[in-house]
Amino acid sequence: MALKIIASTCTGCSACEPECPNVAISEKGGVFKINPALCTECEGQFDAPQCVSVCPVDGCIVQA
Amino acid sequence: MDASSLAAKAFISIGQIKPLGAAPDPAAHSGCGTSGGEGKASCGSSGGPDDMPAEIWEKVKNHPCYSEEAHHHYARMHVAVAPACNIQCNYCNRKYDCSNESRPGVVSQKLTPDQAVKKVLAVASEIPQMTVLGIAGPGDSLANPKKTFDTMRMLHEQAPDIKLCLSTNGLALPDQVDEICKYNIDHVTITINMVDPAVGEKIYPWIFWDHKRVTGYEAAKILHERQMLGLEMLTARGVLTKINSVLIPGINDEHLIEVNREVKKRGAFLHNIMPLISEPEHGTYFGLNGQRGPTAQELKAVQDACAGGANLMRHCRQCRADAVGLLGEDRSEEFTLDKIDEMEVVYDLDRRRAYQDQVEVERQAQHAAKVDALEEAKAAMPEVDPDMKVLVAVATEGHGRVNLHFGHATEFQIFEVSAGEALFVGHRRVDLYCQGGYGEDEQLPSIVKAINDCHAVLVAKIGACPRDELKAAGIEPVDQYAHEFIEKAALNWFADYCGRIASGQLVHQPRGDAAIRQGAYTSEAAA
Repeated sequence: MALKIIASTCTGCSACEPECPNVAISEKGGVFKINPALCTECEGQFDAPQCVSVCPVDGCIVQA
Repeated sequence: MDASSLAAKAFISIGQIKPLGAAPDPAAHSGCGTSGGEGKASCGSSGGPDDMPAEIWEKVKNHPCYSEEAHHHYARMHVAVAPACNIQCNYCNRKYDCSNESRPGVVSQKLTPDQAVKKVLAVASEIPQMTVLGIAGPGDSLANPKKTFDTMRMLHEQAPDIKLCLSTNGLALPDQVDEICKYNIDHVTITINMVDPAVGEKIYPWIFWDHKRVTGYEAAKILHERQMLGLEMLTARGVLTKINSVLIPGINDEHLIEVNREVKKRGAFLHNIMPLISEPEHGTYFGLNGQRGPTAQELKAVQDACAGGANLMRHCRQCRADAVGLLGEDRSEEFTLDKIDEMEVVYDLDRRRAYQDQVEVERQAQHAAKVDALEEAKAAMPEVDPDMKVLVAVATEGHGRVNLHFGHATEFQIFEVSAGEALFVGHRRVDLYCQGGYGEDEQLPSIVKAINDCHAVLVAKIGACPRDELKAAGIEPVDQYAHEFIEKAALNWFADYCGRIASGQLVHQPRGDAAIRQGAYTSEAAA
């Protein structure tokens, strides 16, 4: 159970990185990626995945 | 679209909007308009030492974004260290990135705080008139507090003479006021487009707040409350606060008068009403859905209606989040990261001070000469209907004079002239007429559109072709006041114009509306 960032639509704005409660998001080559081993989709932590909620590009963060 | 259809489509005309009648609430926090007790009419656009309290003048006199006059002498730069944003606006598309694009929120190269500091020191060494550093995005400066304040802290230590400012949508502002004060950031800009969430929900589809994406009325209500609280807190701490508003025809045009009243009440010292930039190719919600920007007269009507409220700023060029240079000029290409890496940067505070002192001397001399010239022009003014007002466009490359060839202008300054005064009311960006020595005839119609509400265009020189075409369009090309101070030239021309009306040589005709040029201020056009 994890989310992934579609690199081709990521603007590299970094808004998601500090919001992740599991520190699963890091920068790589100007865009961001999610470590699936750490991602919980915020289950039990928040109502909705934090990265999806803050991302300015609709459809950029999806189910892995 | 021709000018007459522009006029027909206008939502509001000057006559429809009534200036604020109510006197400002004396119990409320006072902005620059009331705190000096001198009945000041303006301080942003035509501001000078007589227009505002001494302590505010001291803060803004060298700030190109706050004083129309200063921007001819001093430069600013923005560093793009803050890419993240905490809200979505319908006029913003964060994916759009093009080096030909020139509007707030857009940037080509994101910087780390360390890179940003190096860039600032390099630019400040190269351009000693660079006095102001701003963090304006490309996201929201306070949605990236660590990056923003790391940059500010280092600059506060390493370049103490540079004024620091930042702009924000206000959502995170109340939490950050202490930090803002810590680094002596004395200029903050808040973008406030509404004071009514019912208006706001048409502008902001969502905000990210308290770990949730909040939408609709509720989102706009939270944003509004945070903006007002943030503004009040900054005022209480003595931080100068400017308000930016984007004029969106049909959504917040008349509402901005209420915004003006509310922000003034809470101590904003300057209000900058900017036209919406909205083209389909920008990919914004508004651009894709046919929401147009205002015409020149629609913008002026709202600005005029607000002129009695917080002081209005009329010279904003809506520059990029990584702009470098004087307003309307962008030298950021000279300071890309690889170029900075090769530079040896020596930050010479004394050299900068000496240069700025010299600028001050020239500026004072220019100011004194202008006062004399204006007295002369006013004394020569014949009996004229005091209600008669016309707009003139001016080609200038600075120093307050009519000193630019028509064909070399990438923008015209607009002055409203009457018997008593010539007042700067804005600027119009145009495509360069003269390309490589030849006039581009297809450019002329777009220039006419941009200054179509003007009766005359004052220039240093103009070729025969554009001269005839301007005349045919009803705009008088005037080169007889070349190199005069702008206000004097405008008053002299106005006296002459009224004389010709009185003698029956011509009949005064009202002008139509003009178009605000959208989008790029390209480097080719500026070259």
